[in-house]
Amino acid sequence: MYGNDFGAPEEASGGGLLGEVEAAEAALREAAARQRRGLPASDDDLAGFFAEIVEADQKIEPRDWMPEAYRKTLIRQIAQHAHSEIIGMQPEGNWISRAPSLKRKAILLAKVQDEAGHGLYLYAAAETLGISRDELVDLLLDGRQKYSSIFNYPTLTWADVGAIGWLVDGAAIVNQVPLCRCSYGPYARAMIRICKEESFHQRQGYEILHTLAHGTPEQKAMAQDALDRWWYPSLAMFGPPDGESTHSTQSMAWKIKRFSNDELRQRFVDMCVQQAEILGLTIPDPGLRWNDERQAYDYTQPDYDELMRVIKGDGPCNRERMAHRRRAHADGAWVREAAAAYAGKRAAEKKEKVAA
Amino acid sequence: MNGPFEFALRLGDDALIAAQRLAEWTTRAPEMEEDIALANIALDQLGAARLLLTYAGELEGAGRDEDALAYLRDDREFRNCLLVELPNDDFAVTMAKLLFLSAYQLPLYTALAECADERLAAIGSKARKESAYHLDHASLWVKRLGDGTEESHRRMQAAADQVWPYVAELFTPDPGAPVDPATLRAEFDATVTAVLTEATLARPESGWAPAGGRDGLHTEHLSYLLAEMQVLHRAHPGAKW
Repeated sequence: MYGNDFGAPEEASGGGLLGEVEAAEAALREAAARQRRGLPASDDDLAGFFAEIVEADQKIEPRDWMPEAYRKTLIRQIAQHAHSEIIGMQPEGNWISRAPSLKRKAILLAKVQDEAGHGLYLYAAAETLGISRDELVDLLLDGRQKYSSIFNYPTLTWADVGAIGWLVDGAAIVNQVPLCRCSYGPYARAMIRICKEESFHQRQGYEILHTLAHGTPEQKAMAQDALDRWWYPSLAMFGPPDGESTHSTQSMAWKIKRFSNDELRQRFVDMCVQQAEILGLTIPDPGLRWNDERQAYDYTQPDYDELMRVIKGDGPCNRERMAHRRRAHADGAWVREAAAAYAGKRAAEKKEKVAA
Repeated sequence: MNGPFEFALRLGDDALIAAQRLAEWTTRAPEMEEDIALANIALDQLGAARLLLTYAGELEGAGRDEDALAYLRDDREFRNCLLVELPNDDFAVTMAKLLFLSAYQLPLYTALAECADERLAAIGSKARKESAYHLDHASLWVKRLGDGTEESHRRMQAAADQVWPYVAELFTPDPGAPVDPATLRAEFDATVTAVLTEATLARPESGWAPAGGRDGLHTEHLSYLLAEMQVLHRAHPGAKW
């Protein structure tokens, strides 16, 4: 899961977005079936080739020529997404040991495991652009690359696990569904797979909240409290308002990004309103009302100053999240060294045998 | 031993407590791939625990389901072996625990798959495939660490020595049980000896043999583990989740 906040739910439980993922997958197959134009005839044709492929909604593949800035933008974006999956394991992992039933424990453990899988899958997609996973992990640990700011908020109650599923995964899906049509092939394909799994996570989160909201008064209060705390940070996941977003225009032209931050945020709000009604919970926004003219909900913007503070490192959990990841990495160093030494010994034995 | 209820409870508690400990590694493993692998093994153990505890509840006939058994018993009522409740410590200790546990669970579930009780046989049949993978995974790591660097060798030997005394309890004879654990010892010894030898590790000496888990006499660690696992469930009596 990941937003634009560094730097999405559907009908009642989320059918609409999954449909869009499937449509993107069909479009991807269709584009792959159409013959791409012939490879560039000469070096003078490189930029033309790139532009035509993007224009025709076909995919740029790892061995194609691409503008250096395009490559850098993609590396940054895919790496940030991968880091977000890995750091994002922490807030939810916080509740695995205390999950209130064995079934919920199993679902949550599997979900956090899925996120590790998404992280690995995305690091592999970034590696097709000519950078190694080890380098990217170092960039994260050194604080030179960011992860989604939403994970710098704490999970204080079990309902937060539900709220993360419903709102945070929901916002991530709204943000990611258009990426299933991204012009870079490996990223688009990764996003299709990830969006499908995220939509299950989103349903599971919604279901947790639904159960709480229809449970005891204490459980319902727990659910409302979680919505109160996660609503605005979730809106902030779409990033700064359009006027202040630094990477947007060029990314739109390259078809890496297809909708603006504000368009996606609006879409997210419009979807959540009905779902909150079914839950019987109140979105903590007195300004929320249907605007007939715009055919969309008017809503209160999140506090972008707070977003900037969290991005800069002063959110409630920035320090803990990074310390935790650095500690795991450092504590595991002797194990990774042992694995490398063991593999080296086995390879040397094999060589000796071949030589003999 | 009080019949099949007690037997299912022992196996279910072993799996549940093992799952709880393994899941503690989530977000902390030495490699991202290992984070996924340990979560997988934890999920397998949790899955087996749910089947076994559900069945135990049915055998008891007192209306207790898997959650009532997992969340509403105190440590003195748990029947798991001491091995699984020991803290994770470093990765070598975790792998020593997993090696010994899976080298015991694999022949146990394999024998269970052939037993007369159909429900237990079905559980054994499913779980033995998972145990084979757990054993494979733990064996590979014990070899890597034992025959890796000087430091990893030192840590792995210390871990094997530290955990070894808790193995004896697993094989306490119980002739009336659907599978008598004492009959599994020879296969366990053969498996473990082969792995330790290949890992260039010395097989620990037998001597001190702590036990008591099957009678509800645990280490000091279990009560803390349960306090964390049960806290939310117990804070809301009767609630559904």
